[in-house]
Amino acid sequence: MSVFGVPTQALFGQLLIGLINGAFYAVLSLGLAVIFGLLNIINFAHGAQYMMAAFVAYFLLQWAGLGYWWALLIAPLAVGALGVVLERTMLKRLYHLDHLYGLLLTFGVALVIQGVFRNAFGSSGLPYAIPAVLTGGYNLGFMFLPTYRAWVVVFSLVVCLLTWYVIERTKLGSYLRAATENPALVQAFGVNVPRMITLTYGFGVGLAGLAGVLAAPIYQVNPLMGADLIIVVFAVVVIGGMGSIMGSIVTGFGLGVVEGFTKVFYPEASNTVIFVIMAVVLLIRPTGLFGRSQ
Amino acid sequence: MATAKGYVFVAFGVMVALLVLAPFFVYPIFLMKALCFALFACAFNLLIGYVGLLSFGHAAFLGSAGYACAHAAKVWSWPPELAIVFGAAVAAALGVATGALAIRSRGIYFANVTLAFAQMIYFFSVQAKFTGGEDGIQAVPRGTLLGVLDLQNTHTMYFAVLAIFLLGFLVVYRAIHSPFGQVLKAIRENEPRAISLGYRAERYKLLAFVLSAALSGLAGATKDIVFQLASLTDVHWTMSGEVVLMTLLGGLGTVFGPVVGAFVMIGLEHYLTQIGAWLTIVQGAIFVVCVLTFRRGVVGELSRILRKPL
Repeated sequence: MSVFGVPTQALFGQLLIGLINGAFYAVLSLGLAVIFGLLNIINFAHGAQYMMAAFVAYFLLQWAGLGYWWALLIAPLAVGALGVVLERTMLKRLYHLDHLYGLLLTFGVALVIQGVFRNAFGSSGLPYAIPAVLTGGYNLGFMFLPTYRAWVVVFSLVVCLLTWYVIERTKLGSYLRAATENPALVQAFGVNVPRMITLTYGFGVGLAGLAGVLAAPIYQVNPLMGADLIIVVFAVVVIGGMGSIMGSIVTGFGLGVVEGFTKVFYPEASNTVIFVIMAVVLLIRPTGLFGRSQ
Repeated sequence: MATAKGYVFVAFGVMVALLVLAPFFVYPIFLMKALCFALFACAFNLLIGYVGLLSFGHAAFLGSAGYACAHAAKVWSWPPELAIVFGAAVAAALGVATGALAIRSRGIYFANVTLAFAQMIYFFSVQAKFTGGEDGIQAVPRGTLLGVLDLQNTHTMYFAVLAIFLLGFLVVYRAIHSPFGQVLKAIRENEPRAISLGYRAERYKLLAFVLSAALSGLAGATKDIVFQLASLTDVHWTMSGEVVLMTLLGGLGTVFGPVVGAFVMIGLEHYLTQIGAWLTIVQGAIFVVCVLTFRRGVVGELSRILRKPL
């Protein structure tokens, strides 16, 4: 069996890889979008925070004997808490300035974090085993589907949709959206906006942490695992339109799949295809596919 | 106003005197590297300091000009002056293409867009045949400048680099202090108002972007002739971050800030090589400290104390 001269086995294999990358793009760009929506900063430390969560998962297993499921709970909380500290001690001093300073600060923080981890653990990866329940896979007839990868895609999708639901459909989310529009007015109505900002940053970082734990068994746990990934995610965010929740989810998964297919049909362009799409989107819609005017 | 200008002239004179004497006391290769990065930072500062646009993809111009220059000098055997001009021209052309798209956005969007374009150039450089991938273009001949000056001689090379740096520096200075520069500052302060006064902001921004790209290219091309090497390091996004750091440390929107920042950062790299990976941590920490407490930068603070623009 083949499509356009490409065996279906390869086609579906790349589709799956695309979906998995798309899941990471979606969760990471969702975190960036949530943070950007309220704080108006691009969190350059996102990739470093994603990497830290993978390391937390690794430490939990090595030192405390706590497995994957505990890591999935604890690591995002731990990294999110570090995010809260970062916001309280540093980021909040910059809100009265140009938003670019937030980007520069988080860039510096990312350099420090990545430098520390690389000093301590080198550049080679540390292995993290797939939990026993999720090993093996299903033979679907046309391809083999590893259970863990299916789990990553489904779980990420659930997390994304849940986040979307909370922000767009609940009362808490309505406060958040209102504060995005006009923080001063929301504050006047008695909502503690500074605390909301802190928790939102913590939540966005927590999402990066979640992606980090999900990634640990697939890629190795590596100090630089987030460094280059985050640049692609920035492009995803630009394409989707910054600050748009549904936009990041759809473009995240969509671009992952597009990238996967590019690997099948024109492998040379697989690394650049997302950036090419970004250029085209900017030509037609400077605010991104789902973005509102700047 | 006359005295303020006088201060700048005195400072410029001191800088030139120091740079002319320096190679007799300090390792010239280090100085040449610092000069190339100083020019790079000045070009970058033209955008961030005077138009208010933070580009996070300036490595693309530095690196691609380097590749173009190295290719011209090595494969086509062009003389160094032509190869360098060719490198700068390639960077300028790239600046037109990416700038036309990037200036449609502002602030953080602009930073993101330029970063993504630079990444595109990076992946292209990794895969393209002529860049040599991970190896880069090695053993680029320095050649003979204008057919008479043998650049194998370190001191000749140094003064050639110094001349190129001063040329670029004066171009930036002239651009900032011309009516063109005043319009740029007006756009930075209040773009809708500048537009309502009849200035076509898009064109001014694009011109500034292309000028900045071309000068970054000039720096990159010169650097590759000095080191006889074009490599992936120069197109990687960490390089874009480094030039932001140099400019921020020296002082955004100051004339001499980028030069001071570049010398401090390259000095740190040069004299602290034994600390290895700690360098990233030091750089990151300087970033954090600058952003939190030292936003004017070295020259910005100095200029505030002296109450004179520098």
